[in-house]
Amino acid sequence: MPLSSKHLLGLQGVPAEDIQLILDTATTFREVLDRPIKKVPTLQGKTIVNLFFENSTRTRISFELAQKRLSADTVNFTTSSSSTKKGETFKDTVRNIEAMKIDMIIVRHESAGVPQYLTQISEANIINAGDGRHEHPTQALLDMYSIKEKTGDLKGLKVCIVGDIAHSRVALSNIYGLISMGAKVSLCGPSTMMPMGIENLGVKIYHNIEKAIHENDVLNVLRIQLERKAGTTIPSVREYHNYFGITSERIERFNRDILILHPGPINRGVELSSEVADGPYQIILDQVTNGVAIRMAVLYLLGTRP
Amino acid sequence: MDILLKSMNLLDPGSKVNEVADLHIKNGVIHKIGDIDSSEFDEENIFEFSGKYCVPGLFDMHVHLREPGREDKETVVTGCNSSAAGGFTGIACMPNTTPAIDSAEVVNLILQKAKDHLVDVYPVGAVSLERKGEALAPIAELVEAGAVAFSDDGVAVKTSAILRNAMEYAGMYNAPIIEHCEDPSLDDGAMNESFVSTQLGLPGIPTVAEDIIVARDILMAEYTGQRIHIAHISSKNSINLVREAKAKGIKVTAEITPHHFTLTDDSVKTYDTNYKMNPPLRSNEDVKAGIEGLKDGTIDCIASDHAPHKVEEKEREFIYAPNGITGLETQLGITLNELVHKGILSIEDVVYKLSVNPRKILNIPVPGIKVGENANLTIIDDKEIWTVDLSKTKSKSKNSPFDKRLLTGKAIAVINNKQMFCDNEFKQI
Amino acid sequence: MNIKATIIDKVGLLRTITRLAHEIIERNKGSQNIVLIGMRTRGEFIGRRIYEKIKEIDGSQPDFGVLDVTLYRDDFRTRLKQPEVSVTDISFDINEKDVVLIDDVLYTGRTVRAALDAIMDLGRPSSVQFCVLVDRGHREMPITADFVGKNIPTSINEEVKVRLTEIDEEDAIYLIDSPNKNSEN
Repeated sequence: MPLSSKHLLGLQGVPAEDIQLILDTATTFREVLDRPIKKVPTLQGKTIVNLFFENSTRTRISFELAQKRLSADTVNFTTSSSSTKKGETFKDTVRNIEAMKIDMIIVRHESAGVPQYLTQISEANIINAGDGRHEHPTQALLDMYSIKEKTGDLKGLKVCIVGDIAHSRVALSNIYGLISMGAKVSLCGPSTMMPMGIENLGVKIYHNIEKAIHENDVLNVLRIQLERKAGTTIPSVREYHNYFGITSERIERFNRDILILHPGPINRGVELSSEVADGPYQIILDQVTNGVAIRMAVLYLLGTRP
Repeated sequence: MDILLKSMNLLDPGSKVNEVADLHIKNGVIHKIGDIDSSEFDEENIFEFSGKYCVPGLFDMHVHLREPGREDKETVVTGCNSSAAGGFTGIACMPNTTPAIDSAEVVNLILQKAKDHLVDVYPVGAVSLERKGEALAPIAELVEAGAVAFSDDGVAVKTSAILRNAMEYAGMYNAPIIEHCEDPSLDDGAMNESFVSTQLGLPGIPTVAEDIIVARDILMAEYTGQRIHIAHISSKNSINLVREAKAKGIKVTAEITPHHFTLTDDSVKTYDTNYKMNPPLRSNEDVKAGIEGLKDGTIDCIASDHAPHKVEEKEREFIYAPNGITGLETQLGITLNELVHKGILSIEDVVYKLSVNPRKILNIPVPGIKVGENANLTIIDDKEIWTVDLSKTKSKSKNSPFDKRLLTGKAIAVINNKQMFCDNEFKQI
Repeated sequence: MNIKATIIDKVGLLRTITRLAHEIIERNKGSQNIVLIGMRTRGEFIGRRIYEKIKEIDGSQPDFGVLDVTLYRDDFRTRLKQPEVSVTDISFDINEKDVVLIDDVLYTGRTVRAALDAIMDLGRPSSVQFCVLVDRGHREMPITADFVGKNIPTSINEEVKVRLTEIDEEDAIYLIDSPNKNSEN
């Protein structure tokens, strides 16, 4: 069965079978990544545009590698090289790219809703690579894949997302995806970092990191955006680390079986101490490798969808 | 010229007229009311309006005409055309133009452009120079030139000190301050803050941003004894604050837009930028409170906050799209459809909310349906079923979420300044 | 399934596997340098049976792997349904080896073509040989098999159905009427 939608805009409302299919397919591509020649001809002749209105080198490189390993033709379009600053409207920019006969658009934008808007003005398959503080589905899928790789199953697993939930695009996607795969999801962070009504999604909220470590199997730790107005949502980075940071002492005291994920880039000494970032509990680099496999799976499933 | 309007339901709460009669208008003045013999009139000057309501010309006290500065979005003339098409014979226009309405020259320019039109235009002056909230605009000079109220609309009056002085100074001329209630330290959002904004990943504007300024302004009105008018009220708490203030005898009035008593933030789920406005669409509870406020008189009037924008400005990323929608040509239809036909307000209530009250707030004489009065009238067919078609609207801009909406009731003619707009054309009468 | 004829029955299949195993050993002068790669789905099971047989005959244990060629297919754009991919499982080095590719039916030759591409991405074997249970003709590629269980001349409207106990209820090979024109074999 192919995926139920021709786009991947988010994980809200995506059926569990679709998520399962993506995760299963990623296993195939994970094997390809271990080969001497890490490339298959599957998407030969497909043209994919990476439309990045917001700088995100990691996500873009991951998508680009996934595309190259599937033998697709890829073009990058980032704001620095774009015409949006020359007064061309957003719609005209997209229409222009569309006119170049492309098959898929990978889009990253600081405004929520842009991927959805693209589906209205383009015939291509649209993959959301992060829109505002809304969703970042491939990140959540690679997180789930990485967790599953270590634990075998997501069902019944207790996963806590730690950090600035309100400004995160990773949190919502993870919540939707994990819940539909049967995991128990909770959040941990200062109340100023919790968006209104988030508990309506069926998640428990912690304001105590030690309790969160103690009661969960997995922590998915979000990056604290230091560039945000300092002092508005948290008093200081130091205070955040003292009260919400993950340290070896806390792990060793409260839960030695915990699994730590982080979407990167890490602020060492803020959300994770350096020992934790390099330590035995984290699977941060596995996430990066799996990211390519997940993106290959999504590109394959959408690119060859009948 | 003599024209005859046949067998209308005359409805004028001011002069307590409520009867079925014909109306003879001679050179723009109401000449005779009653059972009038048509044989003395040319056929083309007889209008069969049987079963239609004839009410004092409707008035919209919150319109953005965009001239001077953004004539590509709207001009005084196109805005007036849009008003006439929507059933309005008078409007008040907001001062957030470029330059702002903070000098007699700009007031004069607008009045000059509007002078031959059917629709009367009453400029609202800026409270502060360039609407910056730093120094008072020349309020006396603006009043003399024709400004009827003062506002920094688009933003709230920046400081309590400026607000206090503006209230006291404008109070000398009995001109109200019209407040856009939004605390600037809480306004960093693109929609209502709610579970919906959380799900959509859009930054939210909390209702408390509105409530704080409403509370401040009410306290200031109480302290100074002057008048405050709350523009486009949207939050339940703000409505409660106004209700309590009125009970205490504080001189506060309030308006609500048709979109705020019709739509909720659920509409934003499609990320359609025609649902982006400020104040943003709120929750169902707020909508209910708005309707309750209209019913019990807490909310004095309905105003469109007609805010024209170019298609290319609206057709873009949600967080970057400008706020606001056009409203002049849908306002009456939505009011009839959502309030009258649903049994919330009577037609007579609508005449108060859309004609009598806004004029009273702005100290503008309310036109009456009496022999000897200038004919300033709106003819309403409350039963006509029609579909909003933005491509046919008179406004220069087409940014409305109500396109293709089926409505019952609309204005079919307006008369003012010896002109009539009927069947999509203006004519001298 | 409208069966027109039984091509090979259970006993025949056992015999054919035994013969193919002998031929592979004979051609390669023993099994020292060969690796066996079964092509998903049924090629995998035939490959395993040949592997067991070679072990039995020769006493040696050549490497055995499974290849999924889905990612190398040339028919993505024309297919109406999305092929399911599964994992390739070749955990040994194929460089300088004599690779024996094993599949159930040889038809247009497109699947073997894809398999050759896939093999080349895994390394540089000294030779690639192809072993198939049934060759039914109608080639669209310049491809021939090195080891053939049975040659069956077929019409384009027929299909060869291989059934194996590993995934089906029986061991048998049938000639049937093609249920559709986009036959996979």
